Amino acid sequence: MKPDYAREELLACILAGLIGDARHTAHVAVGAASPIPATAVELLRARQGGRPRLSLLHRRRGNPFTEGSRELFDLAGQGRIDVFFLGGAQIDGEANINLVGSGEYPGVEHRFPGSFGSAFMYFTARRTILFREEHSPRVLVPKVDFVSAPGSSPPGVWRRGGPQALLTGKALFAWQADRRRFRLESVHPGVGADEVRAATGFDYDAPAKVGATPVPTAQELELLRGPVAAEIALNYPEFARRVWRRAA
Amino acid sequence: MRDDALPSNEPEVVADAEALAARIPDGAFVALPPDYSLVAMDVVRALIRRGAKDLRLLGVPVLGFCADLLIGAGCVAEVETSAVSLGEAGLAPRFSEAAERGSIRIRDATCPMVHSGLQAAEKGVPFMPLRGVIGSDLTRHRADWKTLANPFEADDALIVAKAIVPEVALFHARWADARGNVWIGRRRELATIAHAAKACYVTVEALREDDMLDDELLAPGVLGSVYVSAIARAPRGAWPLGVIGEYGIDDAHILDYAKQAKTREGFARYLEQFVLKRSAQPA
Repeated sequence: MKPDYAREELLACILAGLIGDARHTAHVAVGAASPIPATAVELLRARQGGRPRLSLLHRRRGNPFTEGSRELFDLAGQGRIDVFFLGGAQIDGEANINLVGSGEYPGVEHRFPGSFGSAFMYFTARRTILFREEHSPRVLVPKVDFVSAPGSSPPGVWRRGGPQALLTGKALFAWQADRRRFRLESVHPGVGADEVRAATGFDYDAPAKVGATPVPTAQELELLRGPVAAEIALNYPEFARRVWRRAA
Repeated sequence: MRDDALPSNEPEVVADAEALAARIPDGAFVALPPDYSLVAMDVVRALIRRGAKDLRLLGVPVLGFCADLLIGAGCVAEVETSAVSLGEAGLAPRFSEAAERGSIRIRDATCPMVHSGLQAAEKGVPFMPLRGVIGSDLTRHRADWKTLANPFEADDALIVAKAIVPEVALFHARWADARGNVWIGRRRELATIAHAAKACYVTVEALREDDMLDDELLAPGVLGSVYVSAIARAPRGAWPLGVIGEYGIDDAHILDYAKQAKTREGFARYLEQFVLKRSAQPA
């Protein structure tokens, strides 16, 4: 039977759980072209009376920044951003991310947009959630070809924050800072632990029995399809049209 | 001692976007805002019609549609940027192809290092420190990024960005007034690039007769004329990108471009239809 929720809705609900409730998270920033993380934050805001604060980099109207495009980075540098999201053309088992391209730099085989603010935000935001829908050996590699931003730093290098978790279209991994390794937390509906192992290019820890990712509740779906969809359509019109058939 | 003084301008009003483009020489180092800010697309199209060559683009801090057009049209030798992307419309196809073929040089950056380098130039100091970045492979390819010991604390290294002084700052704005002041609203990255650059060329939606600095509500969004070299009127000059409060980004057009520009032939057709013929864009 086909599930009665969209893949994007499932992923947004998992991200909302990772961000956590308003007691722990006051301010979440969402960067370029990230409609699913933005959906996750809007879901929390719909549930928690408008908290946490969301700073959406590419908000079309009512953009929170009045100091231009550098203000997000100034906020993060001061420690005013609790949670940020990063992806990667490649992500490796030490949580290093590559947003530049595959192959030996600079003669790349496949060029991606570039590192954006990752080399700064990964250090300065209190927590970073890694998010990439494609879960394949091509993306989740033993070692990235280029480190746009490192997952950890040696003692003596200033660093406020780092990775919290890695969410893909198949599974959720928790980051173990002490071991500098991922641990498989749960697999999404219809996905087996063996399938995740085969699709992951890096080694990771896993419990003997892997749990299932919880599916969206009826209440979550109602919020997603109502106030959240209306808000998201303003800034991500293509995404809202695709997921909820909703025009801005 | 080296004299790196920047000019104190008395802005000129020139005829149109072509006249502004004529002041940007081949090979110039040109700072551009991102697609979501205010981009002087009419000047970009004029540069392509002129057959501009060997431009070096600086993305403040990223680039998109305008850079993809210039790259595809063969106007660009180098881009210094934190990313080139079409946002929701996906990868920038002409940039990706040029990068994969090695036909342009790319100086990969990360957003706040671009801002810091420009802020150093704004202040007339040689560099600006920043947190993070140490351990990124970006640093291996940037001779103008170095680490420096914190002079106030032991065992604390910071990365520093060398001051970035663009030859040209180029952008679009809503208004310029009779004194040559330009209203940029909250898009303060435009002020940063204007402050840092040797010359600043601006197209505007409209010219006003008043002095915007006399109006306390307008004044905080004004870039003072001391930074502005020349201005041209260009109504809808940011199209298909937007001017907030006036017209939005033309999402359908950008999506269509992203599809067409996947191939060189499609890109050539796009140029023919929307760039090479003057006033090809809808009014």
